Amino acid sequence: MTPPDATATDATPTEAPATPDVVLEARGITKHFPGVLANDRVDFDLRRGEVHCILGENGAGKTTLVNVFFGLYQPDAGELLVGGEPVAFNGSGDAIARNIGMVHQHFQLVQVFTVAENVMLGEEVRRGRGLLLDIDEARRRITELSERYGLHVDPDAKIEDLSVGQQQRVELLKALFRDADILILDEPTAVLTPGEVDEFFDVVRSLTGQGKSIIFITHKLREVLAVADRITVLRDGRVVGTADPDEATQASLATLMVGREIILSIDKGPATPGDVRLRVRDLEVTDERGVRAVSGLGFEVREGEIYGLAGVEGNGQRELVEAIAGMRPVSGGAIELDGVDLAGASPRKVHEMGVGHVPEDRNKHGIVGSFTIADNLVLNTYHRRPFVRRRIRQLKDIDDQARELVKRYDVRTPGIDVPVQNLSGGNQQKVIIARELSGDPRVLMVAQPTRGLDVGSIEFIHRRIVEMRDAGAAVLLVSAELDEIFTLADRIGVLFRGGIVGEFDRADATRSTVGLLMASGRAEADEAVAS
Amino acid sequence: MTATVETPPERPPESRLPAAVQRYFDLQPVLVPVCAILLAFAVGSVIILLVGENPLTAYSALLRGMAGSWDRVAASLGRSTPFIGAALAVAFAFRAGLFNIGVEGQLLVGATVAAWVGTWDVIADLPGFLAVVTVLLAGVIGGAFYGFIPGFLKVRTGAHEVIVTIMLNSIAVFFVRWMVNSQDPLILRDTTASVPRTAALPRDARLPELVDSEPRLHLGFLVMVALCWFVWFVLQRTARGFEIRMVGANSHAARYAGVGVNVVIVLVMTMSGAFAGLAGGGEISGTSGFLSPGVFVAVGFDSIAIALLARANPFAIIPAAILWGSMLAGAPLMQQETGLSIDIVRIVQALVLLFVAADVIVRTVFRIRKRVVGGFEEPTFGTEWGSTL
Amino acid sequence: MTVATVPERRTRQFGHLQTMGILFGLLGVVLVGFLVPNLDAADKAFTLETPPDPASLSFDPRTLVTAIGVFFLLTAVASIIAGWEERAEPYARGGLLVSALLLAPLVVVLSLAWSEAKDTNIIQLLVESLRLGTPIALGAMAGLWCERSGVVNIGIEGMMLSAAGIGFTAYAVLGDAQDSTWMWVSIGLAVLAGGLIAALHALVSVSFRVDQIISGVVINLLALGMTSFLRSQVIVPRGISTGASTTAIALPLLSDIPVIGDQLFTAKPIFFMMFLAVALSWFVLFKTPWGLRVRSCGENPHAAETLGIDVIRIRYQAVILGGLMAGLGGAWFSMESQGGFQDNMTNGTGFIALAALIFGRWRPWSAFAGAMLFGFTRALGTRLQILDVTIGDFSIPSEFWQSLPYVVTIIVVAGAVGRAVPPAADGQPYERPR
Repeated sequence: MTPPDATATDATPTEAPATPDVVLEARGITKHFPGVLANDRVDFDLRRGEVHCILGENGAGKTTLVNVFFGLYQPDAGELLVGGEPVAFNGSGDAIARNIGMVHQHFQLVQVFTVAENVMLGEEVRRGRGLLLDIDEARRRITELSERYGLHVDPDAKIEDLSVGQQQRVELLKALFRDADILILDEPTAVLTPGEVDEFFDVVRSLTGQGKSIIFITHKLREVLAVADRITVLRDGRVVGTADPDEATQASLATLMVGREIILSIDKGPATPGDVRLRVRDLEVTDERGVRAVSGLGFEVREGEIYGLAGVEGNGQRELVEAIAGMRPVSGGAIELDGVDLAGASPRKVHEMGVGHVPEDRNKHGIVGSFTIADNLVLNTYHRRPFVRRRIRQLKDIDDQARELVKRYDVRTPGIDVPVQNLSGGNQQKVIIARELSGDPRVLMVAQPTRGLDVGSIEFIHRRIVEMRDAGAAVLLVSAELDEIFTLADRIGVLFRGGIVGEFDRADATRSTVGLLMASGRAEADEAVAS
Repeated sequence: MTATVETPPERPPESRLPAAVQRYFDLQPVLVPVCAILLAFAVGSVIILLVGENPLTAYSALLRGMAGSWDRVAASLGRSTPFIGAALAVAFAFRAGLFNIGVEGQLLVGATVAAWVGTWDVIADLPGFLAVVTVLLAGVIGGAFYGFIPGFLKVRTGAHEVIVTIMLNSIAVFFVRWMVNSQDPLILRDTTASVPRTAALPRDARLPELVDSEPRLHLGFLVMVALCWFVWFVLQRTARGFEIRMVGANSHAARYAGVGVNVVIVLVMTMSGAFAGLAGGGEISGTSGFLSPGVFVAVGFDSIAIALLARANPFAIIPAAILWGSMLAGAPLMQQETGLSIDIVRIVQALVLLFVAADVIVRTVFRIRKRVVGGFEEPTFGTEWGSTL
Repeated sequence: MTVATVPERRTRQFGHLQTMGILFGLLGVVLVGFLVPNLDAADKAFTLETPPDPASLSFDPRTLVTAIGVFFLLTAVASIIAGWEERAEPYARGGLLVSALLLAPLVVVLSLAWSEAKDTNIIQLLVESLRLGTPIALGAMAGLWCERSGVVNIGIEGMMLSAAGIGFTAYAVLGDAQDSTWMWVSIGLAVLAGGLIAALHALVSVSFRVDQIISGVVINLLALGMTSFLRSQVIVPRGISTGASTTAIALPLLSDIPVIGDQLFTAKPIFFMMFLAVALSWFVLFKTPWGLRVRSCGENPHAAETLGIDVIRIRYQAVILGGLMAGLGGAWFSMESQGGFQDNMTNGTGFIALAALIFGRWRPWSAFAGAMLFGFTRALGTRLQILDVTIGDFSIPSEFWQSLPYVVTIIVVAGAVGRAVPPAADGQPYERPR
């Protein structure tokens, strides 16, 4: 069970591969996608009652590997053994029949169904000779399961009314309802607050305590060390090493994961804040359903500083950013840019006033996938000189700019007339960053700028954001990643239920205080710090 | 799901192929429709065999009817003329992600307004050129108004344009029938004519004839070809066209980029209606000289098919519309010689569209490999229409 | 520790409710202020039975119109208050619903008042609405099954037309005026034809993942060509054009109910089967495991796939089931209503069915209600044509009444319904991960 080219093997298991308590084993799993080798001869095994972490950065092939385990992908080569027997899954139904359950990174729930309907879907509780749904019996069984594992979910609640944390429990219930002994958890903590993460680890331990075996996928080093019994590290689709959590350190795992020394923090000089550029006062914004998503919110961003807005997703970030960008109506309060009220202005007006906006949802708002890189680089300046004269587009000027920006922002592409959807996520984000930063904005608003990106792109984008600050822009950073906030921000605000519940200088902020505020809106014992 | 690639994407394998093979792949945009047409005729011949006729005789009659003589060619082009404008209307809306099924109604309203304006006394006094332009303009305004309604309703109330335009088609049919049929009150009916129809346009208001065929080939054909170029230019070379394509490809991003999406939707529907109205006015001024109720039946759906056949490319619409129109122009000769119903042509046309849309079938039958898109090709059809139906 | 959603706080605003309320209020003002004073004093009557000696309810149109107008005004007041005071909202909503329903009797009463006729049979009008709503309801069920599984269906029209044409062609070939068995065989073939066309829709849009709207357009085109071809090549040469249709059945017991029984419960078979189809659709969709799976495929096919559900297969099944329903609707045209086949005889009914489905927000009984609304406008059109409604000197032409269902559809889609939310994955082709 030695990986093909292990660079570090702190604790190579010594047992023979087919020991009785190995519940799942993969040998030489290989999986191609067009243009990508997602898994390359991956070996892996899982023992009864353990938590085996698969660690790797975005795009390392972790999700592909577990989708093979769960029957969603068929491997091009290699074999899979469950309970010592070779299996060939032809769909997730086969995996479920082998008592494998999976909690996907993006929850696979039907929003308009109840918890009970979601849980029993595909394995319906029936009555009347199997013709009818038996909701009462399903409800009873779900309540029983949810009590046994301490999950506390109401079987009659609709998914769309549940919080993210509760939805995750529904996903767990789905697996347990099908008597899963092997649980695959794909980035389960990505959506949770630090407090919720601790609670989730308790659930994981109670599961292993009752004999379940767990594959836990993550790219967060801290979590691996907290929860894992064993660690396998993937890079570029290959197993590059295994590690024992008792001996590994964050630094050693990081090096293994990325393949080189990474700088865990970027060099960033102290901020030299100037005048207030962006001032938000008593802002009121509603969401699509007419529900107040932002209320009484206020903060200031000065030139030459990065103001980081931390918070669990769904606490009004999206609505706030869209309101500032002019994409969502404001029902009260003011958004002042150098003293001019922008509330209610159109997106074009906001942009022309000097607000750059890197949107949260890259594919939905940031790019037009079928358009070329050149066209995407003029997405919001196409109507201005020199790109248009007498209403006619000046293709040469558009191309000239594109060539220059592609070079300056290191967009890896065969040419500027490639549809931007053919680029990797990191390069797509660089196109957006290039477009928004090259306009020399007075205020730069970046939302979740590095979500789903690889370490190289993250470093590049972080450095650019700091450069913008040093050049005198006021930067508003919205991120659900606490690490990102702590790396970049000069000041930190915590968003909770549509309002700011705490504000800190970077130097005074601690992860635990901010985490607690994010989760509950209260600092409790640390009340004093929040002032 | 797939891994992130930080290196430039691998070059598509085709680019390593020999030049001749490469050229074959570049031909695909033409090759697939041509094969689809062949396949559709093949399936059609099975149907002809089933009813006990000889497909070869039938098709040869059809071909002679389509292009057997210069006169037939002119007639085919004449028959195709309205299809170009109507299909252009559909294609233009497609590019903004809108599905305009209301072309039939817009044609009809355009034609009605043109026929009405054409009988004004002033028209007879205008010099020829101005008279024609006025009548065509009347058609444009009528069609534009009828295209504006669904665009406006979509923006203001969220009503889906597919349903609204279909309903407007039926309403237009009834309304125009009433206006042309009614004798009390007398509205548009020409009381001297034996069948319900409007009065004939004065000579000066008629588009000049190019060839005296049946139906006649008139200047409108060239107008429609010029219109194709105009639409291409607007879409590809102007800032407004960039906005339209942006709305069609990703309306969320368009909003983010500061495009007035609602303005674009109303504008595109109005312009789309205007193109259809021009085609309708052109028919009145160029072909018939008057309006009788019941014209343009099925032209609406035909124009959708043509726009799809041309993959919403303005230039490809010209050959697609000519194919469509000439098949319809040639069908009567086939019926005359073989006794086969002209509806067989309709079946073949539907099959052509089916095989073009489901190119998997054609690729399987003719073993055409899918081209890996290395260069830049814009998607023709937004996938957004379905989502709100 | 979980993050609760932001508590729901409605903003006070001038919204949809108020707009609708004010529209009704204006209508009320027009009715009470202008129409009633100008109506002639004449007693009119609703009859309940067919002649010779019908039971009837007589009334003065002015009283009734005034009453309805006043109710509209009250509704307007309630909805304006609801803008400021939340407790008034249920009253406003209820009032709007009743007002909308009152529009139907209002039109009937007004037309009668403007007509020379003294009375009109309202039970017959109701029955006629249900009868003309039959193909619309069946078409709506066809759309329901497709779209609940995530496949948009604008080919309902084509499915119905094909079934009508193929069914009647079968009857023309096989039929025998003496033996009604062949009629039933032909209806069965029509239903199967609907299923077959639906299978083509599934093949093209589910398996080949062609845009579902394009697939629907193809089906509509193909149906037009194919059925016209069948008519001219098979039906016309055999000289069978009209006359052959299903015979009415009287439901035992129910048809003996006095006054309404005979009118309502003596009808042709597809009419009764329509009710069965709607009830069955509701039951299967919401009460059975398979229905749950269909709905999950329409909402989140990826979730369904991860639970081992074969999304492709479910979509095929649902689309074909929908096609069978459309097939029955098609059979209604050629073998129950007309007893013959004409080119394009469905004449847009499939699209109206789609509007009924949207009106019903993709729920079986609500879609049925929508279908009956359109059935009512059609029945009303015919009725008002007979009544010869005259305002001043202007005799309203029949074309106006004929276009009524289409106008109502636009109003319904644009106004009353607002933005209906379709199944989340409706229209999205699904590709199995490999």
